[in-house]
Amino acid sequence: MKRDRTVMPVQEADVRSTNFLEVALGYSLDDAVLEASRCLDCKIPRCVAACPVNIDIPLFIRELKGKDVESAYFTINKANILPAICGRVCPQEKQCEGACIVGIKAKPVSIGALERFVGDYALENKLSSDEIIIENNKKVAIVGSGPAGLACAVSLRRLGYTVDIFEALHEFGGVLKYGIPEFRLPKNVVDEEINKARKLGVNFHKNVIIGKSITIDQLLHEENYKAIFLGSGAGLPSALGLAGENLTGIYYANEFLTRVNLMKANSFPNTPTPVRIGSNVAVIGGGNVAMDAARTAKRLGAKNVFILYRRDMDSLPARLEEVHHAIEEGITFNLLYNPVEFKGRDYKVNRVKCEIMELGEMDDSGRRRPMPTGKYKTFNITSSIISIGQSPNPILKKATPELVVDNRGRIVVDHHQTSIDGVFAGGDVVSGAATVILAMGAGKEAAVAMNEYIESLEID
Amino acid sequence: MYKIIRKEILNVDVELMEIEAPLVARNALPGNFLIIRVDEDGERIPLTIVEHDLKNVTIIYQKLGYSTKLLSQKEAGDSLFDVVGPLGQASHIRDVKRVLGIAGGVGAAPLYPQLKEYAKRGAKVDLIIGGRTKEHLILLDKYKEFCDTVYCATDDGSSGIKGFVTQVAEIVYQNYKYDLAIAIGPLIMMKNCVILNEKYDIETDVSLNPIMIDGTGMCGNCRVTINGETKFACVDGPDFPAKGIDFDELMARQKYYNHEEDHICKMKLSK
Ligand SMILES: Cc1cc2nc3c(=O)[nH]c(=O)nc-3n(C[C@H](O)[C@H](O)[C@H](O)COP(=O)(O)OP(=O)(O)OC[C@H]3O[C@@H](n4cnc5c(N)ncnc54)[C@H](O)[C@@H]3O)c2cc1C
Ligand code: FES
Repeated sequence: MKRDRTVMPVQEADVRSTNFLEVALGYSLDDAVLEASRCLDCKIPRCVAACPVNIDIPLFIRELKGKDVESAYFTINKANILPAICGRVCPQEKQCEGACIVGIKAKPVSIGALERFVGDYALENKLSSDEIIIENNKKVAIVGSGPAGLACAVSLRRLGYTVDIFEALHEFGGVLKYGIPEFRLPKNVVDEEINKARKLGVNFHKNVIIGKSITIDQLLHEENYKAIFLGSGAGLPSALGLAGENLTGIYYANEFLTRVNLMKANSFPNTPTPVRIGSNVAVIGGGNVAMDAARTAKRLGAKNVFILYRRDMDSLPARLEEVHHAIEEGITFNLLYNPVEFKGRDYKVNRVKCEIMELGEMDDSGRRRPMPTGKYKTFNITSSIISIGQSPNPILKKATPELVVDNRGRIVVDHHQTSIDGVFAGGDVVSGAATVILAMGAGKEAAVAMNEYIESLEID
Repeated sequence: MYKIIRKEILNVDVELMEIEAPLVARNALPGNFLIIRVDEDGERIPLTIVEHDLKNVTIIYQKLGYSTKLLSQKEAGDSLFDVVGPLGQASHIRDVKRVLGIAGGVGAAPLYPQLKEYAKRGAKVDLIIGGRTKEHLILLDKYKEFCDTVYCATDDGSSGIKGFVTQVAEIVYQNYKYDLAIAIGPLIMMKNCVILNEKYDIETDVSLNPIMIDGTGMCGNCRVTINGETKFACVDGPDFPAKGIDFDELMARQKYYNHEEDHICKMKLSK
């Protein structure tokens, strides 16, 4: 393959780091067709096997090459109902693009960018298949409106069920709304995808916390839902457990990102929820959440934003593109530092003390283990954002003692079936914090299991 | 949308609203709270569920910051954009015989459902209630329905003694012994009550009101350190046994956005 990858236009780094508009601007039709022509259309496509939902990638790319964007969309849509979202946020380098044969000698085909192009085209042109839904008048309940819940809802709706989604927050979309920032995933894209589900006839109910407003037991036995899907995600922030962690100026990423994304604190005082981080911000962690927090902090005007990560650059779990974008935007990466204590004055944080680490042997994750050196360095900070992971929210478990979870609070399932008859689960609440596409895939599969379960009830 | 069924002005600073929210009312218990958003871009504000029936919930709020002032502009017949709940743990009602409630200002609202529950279960209940002026002593008539004795304290002496609730408590403790005190009000008042009660060996429960966003344990904004351990007030509380609470840290956390609050009030409310 001689031709280089078609580059997606982006906002210039110095411009974009002062605004919240989307960074990557997307392909034009010409760009997309050009990039599509790099695909070798392999007989045994490794990309399809590497895609968690097995999109027929060579087929949609072939259709795109022939400028038949509409067919390309329906090809993707069979396997993935949220292409405009997944095209933007999937870790393609670890999935389809990582397996692409072209990638052996050159850069792999930009499958994510193509998927996004097709997804955006479908939204802009309001493409939807004329689906005829034959109502079966059986009610199912979906807990949580993140990718897992949305995928499950749409699949069940297509089978004719009356589908009610219950969401704890005042907006729908889960992490897609409160976690992933606007500059990476515009909220109107999320809303449009949700509107498509609404048009199919899925009922959305905001401000309903299952386990509090109404319990699983009440849903099953008082409200006559035949089955329930739990897609409540992994919303509980992990703590470092360090001295000084509750000083002011120390945020968990969830709080910081929710203030900005869901509550629009970047528009304060035009919106009433504020956020304050000062000029020197230490973001702790190396995943997508950390990158999002750091880049958001930069956009709020912090002069000096740095990552503190206890491993090396190669070990960062974040999407590659986000790491590149963060570097371009002037985020500093302080590697091999492990925070051990926050210090402050009058309950306000002003320093973080870190142990300097060095690389040891490979660990189970295939990365070199960070080893303590007994040497320390202290950084002056005005605030810190802890982004080291999330686990499932314990509300459902507390309200439903018979729901079996593991020692990390994850719901235990067998083929998406939980320990309670008629109650299914999938997404981050089962896997722990993972990815949009895996959550979506789980929601879709669970729908199949739920349908089988409900049908089996009738045979008895 | 959630309709305002009734609005009542309790005094110049404090108002009551009854709101239609059947899914909040359905499972509500004493000690639970809810979160409202007044309008489309509104802040999420936590408020105690003071009373409820099968369909409606009653809240009491002080017009203190921007969002509560905005709320106060709504009238019966208007609607709120969002109401979600019931949130938090229900009050842990202990098996005790004599309970003293200590309420400061609008703290009388969250105290009410708890204290009433104790009375309902047969405990002998007294109340010390404090406020700026006589007018600021809210829910007095309702409290008198189940309290044996109600003592008042006001800053200006317009009702009861002139001074703090802790001064009244100090006098009351000379004559009576309580198994439990429940103190709810400004953090500084709760802190001082706890110090006093420790001196008299009276266990104290408090209800905390840190800044919250989601109210479901997702953000960690509502963190409070208790005996060196981190708790989330929205899911582990808001009621806690007072022993070991780091009130000073909590006060600092609560004041973190005071500057922004002043700014938005000046900018958007002073016309
Ligand atoms: C900042 C950030 C950046 C990320 N970046 C990426 C990325 O680039 N690529 C990628 O693939 N993945 C990314 N992820 C991970 C991805 O977002 C999640 O894996 C995915 O959203 C999980 O989907 P879900 O449906 O299981 O849960 P969620 O998206 O968490 O949705 C769960 C929903 O359930 C609601 N809920 C919870 N409890 C209840 C209840 N009791 N009653 C009612 N509703 C309830 C929640 O409010 C929430 O809306 C990121 C995550 C974060 C936090
Ligand atoms: S308010 Fe967000 S965790 Fe308590």
